[in-house]
Order: sequence, then structure tokens, then C-alpha cells
Amino acid sequence: MAALTTPMVDKPLVIAGREFRSRLMVGTGKYASPAQMTEAIEASGAEVVTVAVRRVDLARRDAGNILNHLDPTRYFLLANTAGCYNADDAIRYARLGRAAGFNEWVKLEVIGDEGTLLPDTAGLIEATRVLAAEGFQVLAYTNDDLITALRLESAGAAAVMPLASPIGSGLGLLNPYAIRTIKTRLRVPVIVDAGVGTASDACVTMEQGVDGILMNTGIAAAGDPVRMANAMRLAVEAGRNAYLARRMPRREIAVPSSPVDGMLE
Amino acid sequence: MPTSTLVTIRLNGETRDVPMGWTLSTLLADLGLDARLIVVERNREIVRDRNAFDEVTLLDGDVLELVHFVGGG
Repeated sequence: MAALTTPMVDKPLVIAGREFRSRLMVGTGKYASPAQMTEAIEASGAEVVTVAVRRVDLARRDAGNILNHLDPTRYFLLANTAGCYNADDAIRYARLGRAAGFNEWVKLEVIGDEGTLLPDTAGLIEATRVLAAEGFQVLAYTNDDLITALRLESAGAAAVMPLASPIGSGLGLLNPYAIRTIKTRLRVPVIVDAGVGTASDACVTMEQGVDGILMNTGIAAAGDPVRMANAMRLAVEAGRNAYLARRMPRREIAVPSSPVDGMLE
Repeated sequence: MPTSTLVTIRLNGETRDVPMGWTLSTLLADLGLDARLIVVERNREIVRDRNAFDEVTLLDGDVLELVHFVGGG
């Protein structure tokens, strides 16, 4: 039985020179309670957790602060710029997130449309260029367009994060070809962000060869988020191993698995 | 209290009168906020040095944003 529990050999995920053992990153939004969030993050095995920058609700004082429930020495906090609809706002939020004092990383979002939350790719590239020049490690949330991904890399992104499908949709990986192409062409890590709805989505996404996945709603909006977090952890590992194992070729005909010789008369 | 002893600021989108001479530290203490857990933006500039909060005196017309990390994806 030992072989079943022996970890398969894999390189660590390296972004901007920093190594991570887990290829699953998780968000901290939408949980029913802080306790549920903490337990789900634990079950996911994630090291990188995303957080949002928002005004302090002065009536609630520090109560809304996620750091009351997350140990920043245990998790790598990745501040996002969610809710920003232009480059200037995203840059402002990124700077505020950095000023919290944990690291110089940002999950950069520049949203272009409220209905789909698809990115404003022109604003995204502009903000990436500005923030990279200021020393940020920019992880840019983008669509599954190769050309935009290449432009983001040129603009200085430390990682590019194409969506599987729209944020919070749970529609899974809509365009495996596009994601595979992006991964093939970029030198920086490719982390699929958004749209993963269940474990099979995570698995098939990792099978495309991407470096990791970031998800939030797929875990937080499950009936049992803690169990789903565990499922996602296993699915990411399974998909990664399947990719490294190199799947068999697809065939349009059946090929028997058992010997054709030795049949009785 | 005569108005001359107050300054009017914008604090997280709300207008608020505070006593003249208050510093950022005074304000945060009054609000019951832990300075280590928040980031202060004053007139669009981040006040980077938390140890200097007691050296930043609030002025009439100051626009303050107090932010922190909340749950998000």
C-alpha cells in the first residue's frame, strides 16, 4: 500500500523565483462563516490565498478584516484588484494591497464588463506594465486569448492567469485548446483562474499542462465546501500527474486489452 | 464647541468633523482600529510609515480612505 501514498515526483511551482508545493490557489470570498473558510482552505492544501482590498466598515471596525481568520505567516497572501474597471483604479488598489506589508504580489484584475466580468485587456496590459515597473509581481487575470497572454508576458507579468470560464460561473474549462496553446507559448507560469466548478473541471484543466489553478466559488459555493476543497486538492494532483504521465493516444477504434490468442474452440 | 476648533474631513466616503490637532493615531484610536491591520490613504497618497501615524495631523478637507483585506477571489 505504501506505493499508493508515495508522493509522485514533480517540480515545485515557481513564480517569480518563489517555490510552492501546491498547485492549487484559493480565494477567501463567499464562505458561510470564517470558520468554514479556514477549514476549507486547510483542506485544499493551498499555500497561496487571495484577498480583496476594501474600505474598513467603520461600524464593524476590524471585524471584517480577513486577517482575523488567516495566519499570514502560514499562507501567502495574494491581494487582488477585483472590482476595478480601469487601469488607474487597479493600480491604486494594487498599491494599497502592497502597503499592507506582506509582499509585492498582486492578482491583477481590470474588469471590462459587469455582466460577464471579462477583462478589459487593454487596461490590463497597461496596468501590468506600470505595476511591473514599480517592482510588483503581477499575476494577471485575463481571458483565454493567446495574443493578450503574450502581451501580458511582454509587459512584465510574473504569471498569466487565463480563465477557464467567467468568474463565479462554474462552467468549467470551455476552451482546452486555447489554454493549451497559451501554456505552450508562454515562458512565465500559466495559472488558470476562474470558472472551475467541480473536481473534474480542475482535473481536465490540469491535464492541459498548466502550472496551477486558482479558484474560489467552486469551493465556497459547494454544498459542503470543506469536502469540495479536499476534492479539488486531489483533482489538481490527479490532473497534474495525468499530464506528467502523458495520456495514451485517442483512437477511433476499439483495441482489446486482453489477449486475442488462447480462446477456446 | 465652536467650529474653529474642528476640522472637516472625508472619511471612507463620509463627512466627519474631528477636533483640530487630531493625528491619524488619534483618529484610529477613536475609531477603535488597530493601525497594524489597516492601510491609510490620505488625499490619494498612501501613508506608508505606520510608525508616523502620530505625526500626521488631520487638516481641513483631508480625504482619508482606511482599507484592509477582506475575503475575495
